[in-house]
Amino acid sequence: MKLTQGIRRKLIQIAAFGFTNAHLTNFGKGKIYTGKWKNFCVPGVNCYSCPAASAACPIGALQAVQGSMDFNLSFYVLGFLLAVGTIFGRAVCGFACPFGLLQELLNKIPSKKRRLPAWTKYIKYAVLAVFVMILPVAITDYMGIGKPAFCEFICPAGLLEGALPLMAAHPELRSAIGPVFWIKVSVCGIVILGSVIFHRFFCKVLCPLGAIYGLLNKISFYRLHISTDKCIHCGKCARVCPMDVDPVRNPSSAECIRCGACAAACPKAALHLGFSDEKKDGLSCSSQSNRICS
Amino acid sequence: MTGKKITAVRTFVLAISAAMIIEGAMRGEMAVVLHKAVNICLECIGLG
Repeated sequence: MKLTQGIRRKLIQIAAFGFTNAHLTNFGKGKIYTGKWKNFCVPGVNCYSCPAASAACPIGALQAVQGSMDFNLSFYVLGFLLAVGTIFGRAVCGFACPFGLLQELLNKIPSKKRRLPAWTKYIKYAVLAVFVMILPVAITDYMGIGKPAFCEFICPAGLLEGALPLMAAHPELRSAIGPVFWIKVSVCGIVILGSVIFHRFFCKVLCPLGAIYGLLNKISFYRLHISTDKCIHCGKCARVCPMDVDPVRNPSSAECIRCGACAAACPKAALHLGFSDEKKDGLSCSSQSNRICS
Repeated sequence: MTGKKITAVRTFVLAISAAMIIEGAMRGEMAVVLHKAVNICLECIGLG
């Protein structure tokens, strides 16, 4: 069986899901992993209160440090995100994020599929600025500790991966359910329904991690390369793009998750995803004469 | 952006990120991350 690009990516996503959530036996025990690997962050969205979680969620960790008594800005987590984003850009979203995989599986549920209005992609930047960067620092308790506002009010991963399995194992937790829980259930419901109708709804509209990595798409080592001499401007790449990007007009788009659907669909093999420029066959995006990519 | 400019920006950002990771680790941020990650985050699961 030939491994198509789509199958190869799915296999990598499944492997990344397993690596990110390695402690599956903890679901039955109702506890979380508490070992040394939780000093480190995984690259994608994965709640560290998930029983199976191998390491820390970068967005959760960012809010935890910035909401702590001692720090207002996390050099450690932001440095990690800058490094990962510079190397991979939003390929992390396309290959390594467990919640991205979940959304893609939800999108396979038969329904009428639609495209989101273009302006909705800016909402995630507001979510990043307000809920992740500002609120944990600005609103603190009497001890100077801020709450992880994104985790508390928005993140559906915490509910699906953390709350549901922990409440199943510990019924006594259910007595602590309050208004915030129902806010999270509502947001989670919208994300699940949205993921069925719109491809990668959470990634497009709400994900602050995607917002950060997307800003680094323009300089990432792993990127989309176009052979302009091969491209016949048929538009097929734009039609198949699940993130509503036109790869020829904007190959370094902040919305591109480097899934490779465009490259797989191109009838002339004019698109290529990778770390290296295509010097043999055509102009690359880093070539001075290729103005399309600037 | 030309190839040389992109390479320069990448190198600069990677250097900054390495310095930030080291600085953050040295000033104790990893301990904060660990403390948060090894305890069930009640806010994250909607109970806090």
